[in-house]
Amino acid sequence: MNKIWLVIKREYLTRVRNKTFILSTILLPLFFIGFIFASAYFSATSMEKQKVAVSDNNGIFKNSFQSSSLITYEYPSDVNADNFKEKGYSAFLKIPDNYTSSSDSISLISTKQLGLDAEDKIKDQINTAIRNQAFLRNNIDKKILDSINNIDEDRMYNFRTIVKQGNKSEKSNAALSYGIGYGSGFLIYITLFIYGAAVMRGVMEEKMNRIAEVIISSVKPFQLMAGKILGIAAVGLTQLLIWIILIVLLTSISGSFFSAETLQHAQTLNSSMGAAGNSSAAANFLNARDTFLSANWSLIIPCFLFYFVGGYLFYASLFAAVGSVVNEDPQEAQSLMLPITMPIILSFVIMATAVGKPDAPISVWGSIIPFSSPIVMMARIPSGNVPVWQILISMLSLVAGFILTTMLAAKIYRTGILLYGKKVTFKEMGKWLFRKA
Amino acid sequence: MAILELQNLKKYYATQKAVDDISFSIPEGCIFGLLGPNGAGKTTLLRMITGIFYPDSGNILFEGKKFDPVDDIPKIGYMPEERGLYKKMKIGEQALYLAQLKGMSRSDAMKKIKEWFVKFEMESWWNKKVNDLSKGMGQKLQFVITVLHQPKLLILDEPFSGLDPVNSNLIKDEIFKLAKNGTTIIFSTHRMEQVEEICNNIVLVNKGKKILDGSVSQVKNDFKENIFKVGFEMLPEQFIANSFDLAGSTENSYSVKIKDGHKPAGVLTELLSHNASIVSFNEVLPSLNDIFIKQVGQLNNGNK
Repeated sequence: MNKIWLVIKREYLTRVRNKTFILSTILLPLFFIGFIFASAYFSATSMEKQKVAVSDNNGIFKNSFQSSSLITYEYPSDVNADNFKEKGYSAFLKIPDNYTSSSDSISLISTKQLGLDAEDKIKDQINTAIRNQAFLRNNIDKKILDSINNIDEDRMYNFRTIVKQGNKSEKSNAALSYGIGYGSGFLIYITLFIYGAAVMRGVMEEKMNRIAEVIISSVKPFQLMAGKILGIAAVGLTQLLIWIILIVLLTSISGSFFSAETLQHAQTLNSSMGAAGNSSAAANFLNARDTFLSANWSLIIPCFLFYFVGGYLFYASLFAAVGSVVNEDPQEAQSLMLPITMPIILSFVIMATAVGKPDAPISVWGSIIPFSSPIVMMARIPSGNVPVWQILISMLSLVAGFILTTMLAAKIYRTGILLYGKKVTFKEMGKWLFRKA
Repeated sequence: MAILELQNLKKYYATQKAVDDISFSIPEGCIFGLLGPNGAGKTTLLRMITGIFYPDSGNILFEGKKFDPVDDIPKIGYMPEERGLYKKMKIGEQALYLAQLKGMSRSDAMKKIKEWFVKFEMESWWNKKVNDLSKGMGQKLQFVITVLHQPKLLILDEPFSGLDPVNSNLIKDEIFKLAKNGTTIIFSTHRMEQVEEICNNIVLVNKGKKILDGSVSQVKNDFKENIFKVGFEMLPEQFIANSFDLAGSTENSYSVKIKDGHKPAGVLTELLSHNASIVSFNEVLPSLNDIFIKQVGQLNNGNK
């Protein structure tokens, strides 16, 4: 036991002290947060003011367009498609004389792209105007129409699903659980590969350097393998914890960072754009942050850590076994890894279904069978309606699974690590599995 | 007393018998040569002795008791033929780590490492990485790491390969010193001149089987071919001898092979009776190299 501890310590310290590790651990969350901030910031500040000249000879849309702080509409008579630029307009909106005939279309002419957002706003205005006119034509009272149009956006928009389970009801948000499910499943998928490959490379390094033989004359092969796997697990957890802490920290700071100026900007944009507003990324980010915090983190985080570690342990020993049979040729590793990468990739495919349909049979089975459970279960848990017994069975079978894979992999590892110059086939590995010490 | 005794060890791989019924014992405190051509099963044998492999059958007795890897491994130091060190790990830390894996406490290990580093003038290496060392330097480091925990049984697989004469001698001297202090040393090689120089006892294996074993002098005696070298002031005139055949000659010596039933004294008398001016008369013992080549060659031919 003491020796495993020594191995763990070495594996952990050499990796954690590595410059690449330090850089990637600190830079990744900074990059991640920075990316969100930057996109939020730019989308909030980069909206230019647009002045649109409307040519509406028949006066169909007279007074239907409402100018906002971003887009102003004017109805000059001396502007046409050729000279709107000189007159100081950024776009020219041409309403055909007989737009109801549908053979002519309304066209928006500009010298450069206005941007999706601005285009959407203009389209919105046109649609609203057309709809309003249709209502009016069909004798809907103008007052009623106005009162309908003035319903507070928030009240229309506020849509919440409540999931009832027995006597306990929870607020749920399908998009959020989708996002968290997808995100955590994806994170486990990626980390399985990153840390699994780290285990494999570590084993290969020991074999190539021939230090394996020196060490195995001091410790049992199993101790060396277990020490390496656990050491790298500790590295992974360290990295994950630092990421979580940094992200939480930066997100909480982000509130104050935003409120200074961008936030205000975002809010004024919202109010000024009225019904069509509420889409600035900065405001979205703030909304997202609030919704984000409303998720059931007390269940999600422990489960995530469990499946992160469990999934890693399940696959790491297999990666170690592959590393142990590889000779000088890294190409060999590729083909030998296939039986390990296939189930991981398959899990990812099942996960893509499971986030959308957490209760479909394939999702349920996928989240219980240990080959795919770490990835698939994490896609289901945020939805909030996974029965406790399923989680328990899934966890138990994952534990049983990784004990089994470790035992099997140890048999391959023990032989492979000292075998040089020979290409090992799967058939031979199969023989090693059933051989006694 | 034998520190290590192998009894009918067998280890079969799928395609070959790597070690096929080998028994011998190694007296405590001797320098023991394990000889054999490439692929003879030396490494497999050593791996069983170091607890890396389990034999398919047979027993290993260490200090008179059944070999138990957990208890006995700290008493064994093993330097494999293929040198192995972590290339990117600092040398000091690496030595410390490997010593601790052998069961030494941190402080003991530190003390020993410093002692050896001073002895081998390696103090400045502490923070270097193995990548920065030359092959010979790596070799020295490997040797230090192998002996750090003061093993009772030291197993060296080709310890001198890649070393220049100066460092070779340095390590040879240390081997002698360790042997004098009671360390038993198993020395696996196919370089015979070193064996003759260093070892007391040898065992020769080929194709998984033991060919011969015993002390170096005894083995040489067993394989002597009754060849004597006779030195002359002046070569005598040719004559037909009864007691010997001429096996070779130089400008002032003959190599003679004594015929069956004759004694060295008979050769001398016969030579003197022909007025030969003899200045020296020595028995020529076969070198281990000759024995090795002859034995291994014979077996290989026999198998064809």
